[in-house]
Amino acid sequence: MKNAIKVENLSKRYRIGMKEELHDTFVGSLVSWVKSPLSNFRQVQELSKFDKNGDTGNSIWAIKDVSFEVEHGQVLGIIGGNGAGKSTLLKILAGITKPTEGRAVINGRIGSLLEVGTGFHPELTGRENLYLGGTILGMKKIEIDNKCDEIIDFSGIEKFIDTPVKRYSSGMRIRLAFSVAAHLEPEILLIDEVLAVGDIDFQKKCLGKMDNLSKGGRTVVFVSHNLLAVNDLCSNGILLENGRILIYDKVENAIKYYMEGRVKRGVGEHIWEEEKAPGDNRIKLKAIRIKSEGSITNTPSLENEIDIEIDYWNYIDNMGLLVGVHLINSTGVTVFTSANFEGASLIRDNWFYKNYPKGLFRTICKIPAFLLNEGIYTVHLYINKKLDWAVILGQKDVIGFRVKDSFEMRRDYTGKWTGVIRPKLGWFTEKID
Amino acid sequence: MINKKVSHTKIKIIEPEVGWQSIDWMELYEYRDLLYFLILRDIKSIYKQTVLGFGWAIIRPVFSMIIFSIIFGGLAKIPSDSIPYPIFSYAALIPWTYFSSSMTFSTQSLISGKAIFTKVYFPRLIIPLTPVLSKLVDFAISFVLLFVLMAWYHIAPTINIIWIPVLILLMILTASGIGMWLSAMAIQYRDIPHGIQFLSQLLMYAAPVVWPVSLISEKFGETAILYYSLYPMVGVIEGFRSALLGHNPMPWDILGIGTISATFLFITGAYYFKKKESIFADVA
Repeated sequence: MKNAIKVENLSKRYRIGMKEELHDTFVGSLVSWVKSPLSNFRQVQELSKFDKNGDTGNSIWAIKDVSFEVEHGQVLGIIGGNGAGKSTLLKILAGITKPTEGRAVINGRIGSLLEVGTGFHPELTGRENLYLGGTILGMKKIEIDNKCDEIIDFSGIEKFIDTPVKRYSSGMRIRLAFSVAAHLEPEILLIDEVLAVGDIDFQKKCLGKMDNLSKGGRTVVFVSHNLLAVNDLCSNGILLENGRILIYDKVENAIKYYMEGRVKRGVGEHIWEEEKAPGDNRIKLKAIRIKSEGSITNTPSLENEIDIEIDYWNYIDNMGLLVGVHLINSTGVTVFTSANFEGASLIRDNWFYKNYPKGLFRTICKIPAFLLNEGIYTVHLYINKKLDWAVILGQKDVIGFRVKDSFEMRRDYTGKWTGVIRPKLGWFTEKID
Repeated sequence: MINKKVSHTKIKIIEPEVGWQSIDWMELYEYRDLLYFLILRDIKSIYKQTVLGFGWAIIRPVFSMIIFSIIFGGLAKIPSDSIPYPIFSYAALIPWTYFSSSMTFSTQSLISGKAIFTKVYFPRLIIPLTPVLSKLVDFAISFVLLFVLMAWYHIAPTINIIWIPVLILLMILTASGIGMWLSAMAIQYRDIPHGIQFLSQLLMYAAPVVWPVSLISEKFGETAILYYSLYPMVGVIEGFRSALLGHNPMPWDILGIGTISATFLFITGAYYFKKKESIFADVA
């Protein structure tokens, strides 16, 4: 087989609900078996048995009919919203869970990094955990013996390598764990979001090491929400939604399709009913909308002010709240983060200075005209406690919009105008000699 | 999953598992380093966390011996094949303690180990087999005290001591078999771990730990013993007593039947485990 990975109609179904019928106690299943031997026994015995009719509302297809091939040495990114099936797909490829239908053929030794520090035990020293972590990932003892010094060196925690890991800070633990994982040399590497940990410098180091891995001809499958990392590292991308492949293309196209899809779906506004709204018994999100020139739109022009309107219920009396957004562009770059506290806000938001009573509130964030470049953006929303900035309501990718170009700025220029932002700046020329 | 070696690259096929699967013993062998480090982890972590360290390996059987000697030997006057009761029970307590702790930890192994097998692939059979091997360390330590006791009671070991390794193998076989069965059941049926203490007690009294096998033949006759031998620990315990204390000949008939049932337990346990393996990550 010339490809590293070949996936054919892979599907995975999970049973949900049905607690009354499903026995998770041995005594329960035994009693049931005695009562009505044939049918109950079969049904009760396995969580993985389903009736032939497929979805009955009691099960969901985490992935359905997924087919694709990955060539040797390719770096493939898998992106999609929450619950799209990315982690499930990776778990199946890693051999952790079995598919319900379909098959995958893997040509090469697989290493999977779904978590950093798998198997680490707090009572053991760093060195002992190094060996344990390495063998869990699939390395042989001899291999670890050879690389031990290199691994310790890369982690940067040489001084503490012989102290029990329970004394490590979380940063140290991550450095050791990632260092072990980075020295795994499988032919195919599966990674799930593990780069979302550790400090920036170490992350860069790890990204660099991963880059080396892929240049060394290794095949990598990378699942992440971090579109910037996906864009940087991957050549191709698969977009999953509700367990199906929407697109398998060059990574830039997959990302673009993902962002565009989010813009198409919303129409500038999301509204929720109170029972189903995101949030909990402290704050619930009622609606979020994008407005420009007084009307709701998801394609505002960059020459107008863009308003992000956030409607939310506050359920706890006398709460000090802080509302903020992160704006991310289509390559995953965070364009800005901002919130309604003094110093960050152009105008004084009076409610920031008061404690909120119970009730329904609307916070508006006004983005100036001539700031954002044309393109697609996604918004992450955060409502925090004012006192300690603890997040009460955090919603990533809560709404998306496309900024349209302005003819006023362009005039006669028809080419591509690069730049994360596109502000009007002050330009002045004078003759000095 | 099927592993086929094609020239130098291994091709692995991932597909839904239907029916009974074969067990990939080669794969287990390939992962022996992992088994080694997991055993090491078990041993080190238990002893690093306690003040007495390895002393605990002796305390449990010694305590039981003292209590049994007082209650069963002294008060109830249970016959002990004309050997002093303390050593009669201790010789049985050594393999029994191994079996019972191995069974308890094995049963729990998938539940407490779910953090690792839900995140990375390795042959899951390693998980219940780890305590089966790591508890051998406790076993070896408690053995030391036995020789002290034998010297105290002026009992010399017989030539049958050479059969001890065979008995140990049978002990391991039984513990693995029941470990595989119970661990696979425990991860799916959450009442099993609660019942394990109860099961362990039951099995102890069912085994000739506090009373001699001769009681069975007296009350129920010789054929009863043959059925009783299906419980592999009967052979192990009587074998240990015979080899170390020399009061009875080696019970080959009991051992023979016990080996057959232990092998059956092992093989069926392995197949049951393998069949359930595919849902472990889903039900954990």
